[in-house]
Amino acid sequence: MEQTPTLTSTLETRFPEAVVRDERKGFSGYLVKPESLIEVATFIRDEMGYDYLSSVTGVDYLPEGKMEVVYHAYKSTGGSALVFKAQTPRDNPVVPSLVPLYPGADLQEREAWDLLGIRFEGHPDLRRILMWEGFEGHPLRKDWREAFFEEEGKPFKNRWPEGRAYRIEDKNLFGNNVDYPAGFNPENWTLDGEAALYGSVGQAVQPDGSLKTDAIIVNLGPQHPSTHGVFRMAARLDGETIVDLKPVMGYLHRNHEKIGERNTYLGNMPFTDRLDYLSSMSNNFGYALAVEKLMGIRPPERAEYIRVMMAELTRISNHLMAIGALMNDLGAYFTPMLYALEERELVLDIFEAVSGSRMMCNYFRFGGVARDLPEGILEKVRVLVYDRLPRKMEDLDVYITQSEIVRNRCEGVGVLTPEQAIALSMAGPVLRASGVPYDVRRADPYSIYDRFEFDVAVRYHGDIYDRYLIRMDEIRESCRILQQVVDTIPEGRIQEGKPQYQVRVPAGEAYGRVEGPKGELGFYVVSNGKPNPWRYHVRAPSFINLTGLGPMSIGNKIADVVAVLGSIDIVLGETDR
Amino acid sequence: MSEEINSPGYDIPPEMQAQVRITTLDKIYNWGRRSSIWPMMFGLACCAIEMICTAASRFDFARFGMEIMRPSPRQVDLMIVSGTVTKKMAPQIVRLYNQMPEPKYVIAMGACASGGGPFKEGYNVVAGIDRYIPVDVYIPGCPPTPQALLHGFIRLMEKIDKESISTSRWYRKEPIPAIPVPILGPDIFDPRQASAITAYTQEKLAKQTQAEQAPAEPAAAPEQA
Ligand code: SF4
Repeated sequence: MEQTPTLTSTLETRFPEAVVRDERKGFSGYLVKPESLIEVATFIRDEMGYDYLSSVTGVDYLPEGKMEVVYHAYKSTGGSALVFKAQTPRDNPVVPSLVPLYPGADLQEREAWDLLGIRFEGHPDLRRILMWEGFEGHPLRKDWREAFFEEEGKPFKNRWPEGRAYRIEDKNLFGNNVDYPAGFNPENWTLDGEAALYGSVGQAVQPDGSLKTDAIIVNLGPQHPSTHGVFRMAARLDGETIVDLKPVMGYLHRNHEKIGERNTYLGNMPFTDRLDYLSSMSNNFGYALAVEKLMGIRPPERAEYIRVMMAELTRISNHLMAIGALMNDLGAYFTPMLYALEERELVLDIFEAVSGSRMMCNYFRFGGVARDLPEGILEKVRVLVYDRLPRKMEDLDVYITQSEIVRNRCEGVGVLTPEQAIALSMAGPVLRASGVPYDVRRADPYSIYDRFEFDVAVRYHGDIYDRYLIRMDEIRESCRILQQVVDTIPEGRIQEGKPQYQVRVPAGEAYGRVEGPKGELGFYVVSNGKPNPWRYHVRAPSFINLTGLGPMSIGNKIADVVAVLGSIDIVLGETDR
Repeated sequence: MSEEINSPGYDIPPEMQAQVRITTLDKIYNWGRRSSIWPMMFGLACCAIEMICTAASRFDFARFGMEIMRPSPRQVDLMIVSGTVTKKMAPQIVRLYNQMPEPKYVIAMGACASGGGPFKEGYNVVAGIDRYIPVDVYIPGCPPTPQALLHGFIRLMEKIDKESISTSRWYRKEPIPAIPVPILGPDIFDPRQASAITAYTQEKLAKQTQAEQAPAEPAAAPEQA
């Protein structure tokens, strides 16, 4: 962690009792006493200028009997992170909530409560988020076991040469780890989460005694054509106007982090593909960066170029899909989508040639990439970025950007001010469409992005239309980067050292972040020197960007919510993980 | 089409061949159904993206008479379970299935829907949708390519071709009971297991109260006379 010495000393001298440096080997940042967390965080935000709280997560240190909450804060003007942590006893983990300071912590704190059982005092609405209310236990705790638990670490015996393949369900017929509380009666059990959810969007009462109209609560999803998957919103309406809205997720919660803590480091790579399944290459990138940080290696030149190339192609294909889906949501049913998918298929062809799979590329390796580019691919990319895509973007401009209907539906709807965007920890195109020129590729450059010439796209209205435009801009900028890449990519090795099945990762923590197509994608990895990570957390932009869904939609009509959601561009695989 | 349908082998006079077909009821009925399967517009996870690609211009499953995807279960014949089935989502899927009119078919697309796939060990993942609803065609792959999905459709059509009105289960007299919707409790459970679970939890409760009371009043007399 490179912080300027003046700042580090400020924090320590200012709070000599409450703040100490994290001295564990391989760790960095500060340990803050939970009692003074609010005070210290206020100082960090207001005096030191770290106004953007990017990631909040918990770690279960079972052997030490502690829970730790880890915060990564940034300045919205750029630079590296300030990491601070609060430790609390494991049997009754409580820390004060930072939502009053950083509203963007809302969903993340709920997630930590849900999965690790850390209570955040002062959180306005601390309910489970990914699992349902009434679920037994906090699954990310290290001593919690699945119904069909097999073994602590992979590879499992049943998949190993000398073992015979079997299914664990056959050995553990009844899911013996499921524990029904004593006296639990399934006959009169009701799911109690719903009442709490509807309570959180407000009771239908008029406090001032004015003419009483009925507020109705409307559910959209989880099976609804506008939700891009299995996502649900509960909205309270006054007539057609949204008064309050809460996102409900977890319908695709696939236990990515729990499984990731059991996988070997390399075995996790294909799982990252399935996070944001529209941009698997970027996910690979972030995870590879985090583990490489821990291992202290860097890929060779050619591999860096290939990586940037893949990440930018991913951005293009993702944004095309986002634009197509947004048009779907606006009611331009499937025709714009067909235009978008046509170009996306071209990018997928490149991925398939390079990695062998259209969507789940699993292409990055620690210290390199899996294979070299096959013959003729560079030529294909060149044609795509010099000729085909620029032309197609002009087409889209004619059909969509200038369409009066699109403008009527989008301009001035779902507005987010820059202050709100920063406070809510919005990331990526949504943040930049609100006039905050924050792009990790420039703010905290990684890989070789500092060598390329490109502009960070910014728009200033913060409405749906600008969020659409910014994606068009970014496709153009990506083309610009790709043009430089194909012109300057050197020959050479693509892997540092020998490719290894089992990598050795020294103990410590690392946070790798990339500017994914949907925003800052971060991987927080804690290693204890074993073949599996001790903690593996994903800071998913789709998830955290949903914090802004409520503020963006309130005051708009119910039909606009669909468009607002489309303009955030979420992927459920990443939202729920 | 005429070749396919005209099979019982009656000779049709040449002047009528353009207007008349002779066929069996089963055949015309199956042909009609399998040529207009409407899938539900319903995506669960990554596989859904490949499903969208299959619907789009390059692969275009409209060629099979299935271009209309409907978000409402009341208007569909086929449910493509395209992605990971989580416990939180399973009740909704079963409910959607129950709401579909008969005849109805299910395709389990991809490793997850067929058997849990890469996420099988997860605590919120159902290892295959066939634990709750009957599946007609399984398509392997993670995700299956659009070609594989098309192949799955063709298999489903072959299956429909073999049906017969007299034996198919949709046309029995008695109605087909709806599938019990699983319930989200401390873990997901099937309402049919309720009595087994009650027995377990009551026993546990009894043990606990016993353990609590045992040292205090060892001679608690049984109350019933
Ligand atoms: S089978 Fe693979 S691609 Fe399909 S939903 Fe499961 S993880 Fe995603």
